[in-house]
Amino acid sequence: MELILSTLINGLSLGGIYAMIALGYTMVYGIAKMLNFAHGDIIMVGGYVIYVFMSFHNPLLAILMAVICCVILGIVIEKVAYKPLRGASPLAVLITAIGVSYLLQSLAQIIFGSANKMVTVYEFGAIKLWGVTIQVSALVTLAVTVVVMTILTLFIKYTRIGRAMVAVSEDKGAAQLMGINVNKIITITFAIGSALAALAGLFYLLKAPSISNTLGAMPGIKAFTAAVIGGIGSIPGAMLGGILLGVVECISYKITAIAPYTDAIEFSILIIILLVKPTGFLGKVRREKV
Amino acid sequence: MAEFILETKNLGISFGGLKAAQDVNIRIKKNQIYGLIGPNGAGKTTIFNLLTGVYKPTTGTFYLDGEELCGLGQEKINHKGIARTFQNIRLFNNMTVIRNVMVALHNQPEYKCSALQSIFRLPRHFKTEKAMQEKAKELLRIFDLEEEQGNLACNLPYGKQRKLEIARALATNPKLLLLDEPAAGMNPHETEDLVKTILFIRDHFDMTILLIEHDMKFVAGLCDQLTVLNFGTVLAEGDTKTALNDPEVIKAYIGG
Amino acid sequence: MMKKLSNIHWNHYLNYIVIGLFTLIFGSLSLGGMYLNSSLLFLMEKIAISIILAVSLSIVVGFLGELSLGHAGFMCVGAYLGGKVATLLEPSIGNSPFNLLISLIVGGAVAAVCGVIIGIPALRLRGDYLAIVTLAFGEIVKSLFQNSSDESFGGALGLDTPRYDKQYLFIWAFALVLITLAVVQNFIRSKHGRAVTAIRDNEIAARSSGINVTKYKLLAFTISAFFAGIAGVLYSFSNYTVQSAKFGYNYSIEILVMVVLGGMGSINGSIIAAALITFLNTKLATILTGDLAVLQNLFYAIILIAIIIYNNAPSLKNFRNRFNFGVLYRKLIKRNADPTNIGDDKAKWDVVPTKIEMNEVLSTDLNPSDNYIKGKGGDK
Repeated sequence: MELILSTLINGLSLGGIYAMIALGYTMVYGIAKMLNFAHGDIIMVGGYVIYVFMSFHNPLLAILMAVICCVILGIVIEKVAYKPLRGASPLAVLITAIGVSYLLQSLAQIIFGSANKMVTVYEFGAIKLWGVTIQVSALVTLAVTVVVMTILTLFIKYTRIGRAMVAVSEDKGAAQLMGINVNKIITITFAIGSALAALAGLFYLLKAPSISNTLGAMPGIKAFTAAVIGGIGSIPGAMLGGILLGVVECISYKITAIAPYTDAIEFSILIIILLVKPTGFLGKVRREKV
Repeated sequence: MAEFILETKNLGISFGGLKAAQDVNIRIKKNQIYGLIGPNGAGKTTIFNLLTGVYKPTTGTFYLDGEELCGLGQEKINHKGIARTFQNIRLFNNMTVIRNVMVALHNQPEYKCSALQSIFRLPRHFKTEKAMQEKAKELLRIFDLEEEQGNLACNLPYGKQRKLEIARALATNPKLLLLDEPAAGMNPHETEDLVKTILFIRDHFDMTILLIEHDMKFVAGLCDQLTVLNFGTVLAEGDTKTALNDPEVIKAYIGG
Repeated sequence: MMKKLSNIHWNHYLNYIVIGLFTLIFGSLSLGGMYLNSSLLFLMEKIAISIILAVSLSIVVGFLGELSLGHAGFMCVGAYLGGKVATLLEPSIGNSPFNLLISLIVGGAVAAVCGVIIGIPALRLRGDYLAIVTLAFGEIVKSLFQNSSDESFGGALGLDTPRYDKQYLFIWAFALVLITLAVVQNFIRSKHGRAVTAIRDNEIAARSSGINVTKYKLLAFTISAFFAGIAGVLYSFSNYTVQSAKFGYNYSIEILVMVVLGGMGSINGSIIAAALITFLNTKLATILTGDLAVLQNLFYAIILIAIIIYNNAPSLKNFRNRFNFGVLYRKLIKRNADPTNIGDDKAKWDVVPTKIEMNEVLSTDLNPSDNYIKGKGGDK
């Protein structure tokens, strides 16, 4: 029972991190119609920024700087690498995103070296709940995730910019005709996605205080998987997919027999879900008009 | 041979609550040019999509030359003998004109050649390739597209794209040809040319044609019989003159 | 007689001739007793493997227009299975060419079976969804071999394969390149290749023209996977060992980059890009040693981004048209062009569509609605 509860909490908090990253994928996909393969590496950049600013021993400053740096980085990447390719073949944009991902990883390696860096942002310690020892950082992660998601959903539903985002994703041309500045909306989307990635970087450091230049690679892919499971483009879908994947991963790690196959299990779940429901859980079916 | 080339029985489909077509009965005799008309949103293209297997009907069925085709996939229906063109032209844009036609010859029994035969370049491959080229050229010649054969389909002018689409549909050797607004976007001169082409197709290929069109002059001059649709149901049917003078039809078109 | 000669399309055979001559020259040098530096031989094997991978992937990406991010997965299957068969056969028939041949066939065949299995979801899924499924497939395969027992596939330590003499392994490699080219080009330049390209250009029109879309998608996936498997077997012999970590999605992407840089739907482009990128990577790795080694990926990334933006940015279109090797090349071969054959199309590769349909919409709804109909205007 204790094991189940602690696994569940860990799973939910890991799922929260995946959901955060998946949101970035889903929003950029929904609006700019591109797979931003460099998204995972923004997490890594966020982690390194925290590492650098933790030399001032001020966690809040470090977190703030991480968010700011990642937002700026996200916007710069969008302007330099993706914007010139707007209107080009989606495949070209995809390859560019992959190039950006390599670029960020190798830059990080040049600046910080290939050895892992250790950084402790804040010691939350552990508490006992109903006789179960639980890391407080997992609870914090979970709580922050829930708050951020709620704010984001409300933002998209009820603000002018949020509604403009939905309009751009429905039909870029029509949105432009309605006086929406499409470029601005895309920039804002990248900014929000990058800010979420910075937070995800923070949560990774809370979970395990070690950082390397490939920190974001696997979480990036897992989160992308989560976004697809939930139905890419769907914001609740990204949360659902992220949580599902996080819980499955934690459960699988706890069972010795299948623990080494955790990645394979997660990806198999993706394939099975797509075979049963080709657009993911909450993805909309779009039928091409003949 | 059956009395009718195409016979639909209570054909209908609904999307969610919307009945896009219901109880449509069309009977087309061999060699007829049959018109399907109606205001925008009347369900004309939906009928085409039902007949070609893009959609599966929720009610009713249809027969081609006495054979029930309802429920088959798109390519199967094409093999059985229904070919179509599209309202918004769908060519293989990045392929040359002649290859657009050759793709459609793919399934003719006389051009049979397995993938292995092609990969190992057995004599069969060269024979079929040559035969397909000749057949395609012959079709292009009929449609005055021979000198365009090496150009990409997307670089053709609009009128020629329409013609190419018809040529491609004919290459599948159909019993029934469905033309979805063939005259849309054409100038009067091109339309006149199109009328001649369609009549030529009927006579030369011994073809039965079902077409959707908005241009009433075009329809009146070409079609032997009509079915008029409105809101997914049949408003009137019969020979062209009677159908066009039906008060219900006039009301649907002019309003009132 | 003259007419007969001019009917032969020399540009169709150009790549065979170039690769054939190359193999002949180096092969006779090597077999004639001339000592060839083993790192040179290794580089040549690597280039051959890359070419096979790029050409086979171009069937799916360039001609069928589907995005696959799991090509290294098929290669992985081929490498492990082929390597295993070779080790099993070694005691009985030794390092004979016969052994090599059997392992190649087994590796290719098993990869092809995986191609069918992964091709089945391909029929249901579109664009990006297919990309993620193939990516997942690659990761699953990698993980399965990584966790295999030591006796079966060597587990995390990897599988050691029989050692073939380098002096002639590269001849095998280039012979296989020629075979791959022959099969792929003959397939593409036939009615079947036309059907595949038609599906890429307009799936609905292809269906209504009587093309069996299911069959051709599966066929394209199978052929592509088969040759990826062959490349994997070659890899296992070339490196004396197979380690699953090599076949991650990064490697799949590297192959995809070759295809995209070479030009979608251009086999010669894929060959050139594969050779160049492999050469460049190997050279960068030898030039940049020690502290500079970290710069390798940086250069690679910058070159990649620059080339893609230069080749694709809509705003650079005019500039591009003035300085474009592709245009020059097409002018050169124009006289020999055959309108009925694929590869002679004057299509600009950057406008050739890939069915990455990016049309999912951002939504906050909890209930996805069905029948969301795309497209504007017209009647139903």
